[in-house]
Amino acid sequence: MAISMISRRKGVGVDTRPLLAPSVILLLVWMIVPLAMTIWFSFQYYNLNYLDQTGFAGFDNYQYLLEDPGLAKAILNTIILVVSVLAISVVVGVIGAVLLDQPVWGRGLARLFCIAPFFVMPTVSALVWKNLLMHPVNGLFAWISRSLGLPVIDWMSDLPLASVIIIVAWQWIPFALLILLTSLQSLDRDQIEAARMDGANGLRLFVYITLPHLYRAITIVVMIETIFLLSVFAEILVTTVGGPGDASTTLPYLIYKTALLDNDIGGASAGGMLAVVLANIVAVFLVRTISHTLED
Amino acid sequence: MRPSLRYRMIVTALCWLMTFLLFFPILWMAITAFKTEQQAIAAPPLLFFRPTLGNFEEILDSADYLHFFANSIIVSVGSTLAGIVIGLPAAYALAFFPGKRSKDLLVWMLSTKMMPAVGVLVPMYLMFQYLGLLDSRIGLLGLYTLVNLPIIVWMLFTFFKDVPKEILEAARMDGAGPLKQFVMLLLPMTMPGIASTALLSIILSWNEAFWSINLTVTQATPLTAFIARFSSPEGLFWAKLSAASLMAIGPILVFGWLTQRQLVRGLTFGAVK
Repeated sequence: MAISMISRRKGVGVDTRPLLAPSVILLLVWMIVPLAMTIWFSFQYYNLNYLDQTGFAGFDNYQYLLEDPGLAKAILNTIILVVSVLAISVVVGVIGAVLLDQPVWGRGLARLFCIAPFFVMPTVSALVWKNLLMHPVNGLFAWISRSLGLPVIDWMSDLPLASVIIIVAWQWIPFALLILLTSLQSLDRDQIEAARMDGANGLRLFVYITLPHLYRAITIVVMIETIFLLSVFAEILVTTVGGPGDASTTLPYLIYKTALLDNDIGGASAGGMLAVVLANIVAVFLVRTISHTLED
Repeated sequence: MRPSLRYRMIVTALCWLMTFLLFFPILWMAITAFKTEQQAIAAPPLLFFRPTLGNFEEILDSADYLHFFANSIIVSVGSTLAGIVIGLPAAYALAFFPGKRSKDLLVWMLSTKMMPAVGVLVPMYLMFQYLGLLDSRIGLLGLYTLVNLPIIVWMLFTFFKDVPKEILEAARMDGAGPLKQFVMLLLPMTMPGIASTALLSIILSWNEAFWSINLTVTQATPLTAFIARFSSPEGLFWAKLSAASLMAIGPILVFGWLTQRQLVRGLTFGAVK
């Protein structure tokens, strides 16, 4: 379908179809086959624990999913996680970008250190935070609390969702910072000088010039991070395992639990469809933002 | 207007305070990697100690670590090479021979990235099981190729788009065919862009955790999934965990640092310059 859209261009004499075909066909298969299977399974009774019960389930899986009190909790947790991490990473990212945009000694080096967490694999960052820093007995935070005479927090049990948010935010601040800093550096210096001449001070400069300039970059950070944050998984698996109870269970983790721990393939597929729909609502906005860049 | 010395000192102090806070978990992990297990859990935490390479030796001595390391390299480099070979012609066609629907095609390719992995976990798992690809490097490699292909095409497209058309025009006048233009002119000119595309793809595959944890057991397990095993509650092996983590993130951190500037363009598809 998509291939036939690319018509031969007159005068150039290059048939682009063979060049495009491998990518297009592979992606088409990759998109359609698993999705079709997920839709199919979501309408089937398919539980590896009850193999005698098979066949068309209608909307039973969806109904069961929607009636599960765990679902609302998981969706709420997902929203809290995504929104908190977005807020933290954008705010810290803006502050960090403004700082790194100033004449600072060793700026290049500071920039490298600041973006480093982005390249740390999720399982490593989750384990380092969980054990070395947040461990209630031997962790560094516990020692700091004790030295200051404050109560020791058992992060993973007392504040499970907050712990996950901190870990994930730490990983994504660098991304926001890097994008925002790059955007800041394209800001017209003359404009700032002119505003300064007119008597604008730091805060006014920030509110009336810097922030509007960063608007586009912030939009892009929010869109791209949302796509990745909606599927945060490894950090939860490695730290809280969704618990205690379902305190830190997000939608991806709920689907994982349904599929691989409860062996309920039909139910997990229904959850999967829900995740696909949610992600696509966000994706529509992302695609719209990104396609503007194709105009210039 | 030159900022005053005092202003510079305050801003520098604030900036490095932030840098320290952001980098601290990595720094602490790196320090812990050189402690003994007893020192790693000591309270108060030790800042001065005789660094030991024992943890690294122990992890390197266990044949397992090198096995996981090799898996990470095979899967991330292999999927990147496959992705570049498949994606290069497409990016070339879209950048230099745009048709009416080229833009739609690019956006559609990107939209395949929006499918949450967890939404298709079940069919992928069953398909891998059926095809005997569970816990196989080739299965993971192929999957990563598909996952990264849209990013690769987009990033190459972004770099190709910046090449002045006149240069290729001139080569065409001199009688160079598309293939010759591509190999003799375009490849050398865009090598830095192709290299950073490849590095981004390697970074993404190297750090990918969802599929590697769910589709491998031991045979094809890359470092991400290997590190995840340290979460088992038996005993506190923090020094060894830190050493293994440091060895797992070291190479990719250097790659990331080398390509940070191009990464911005790649990650935002040129929307932020």
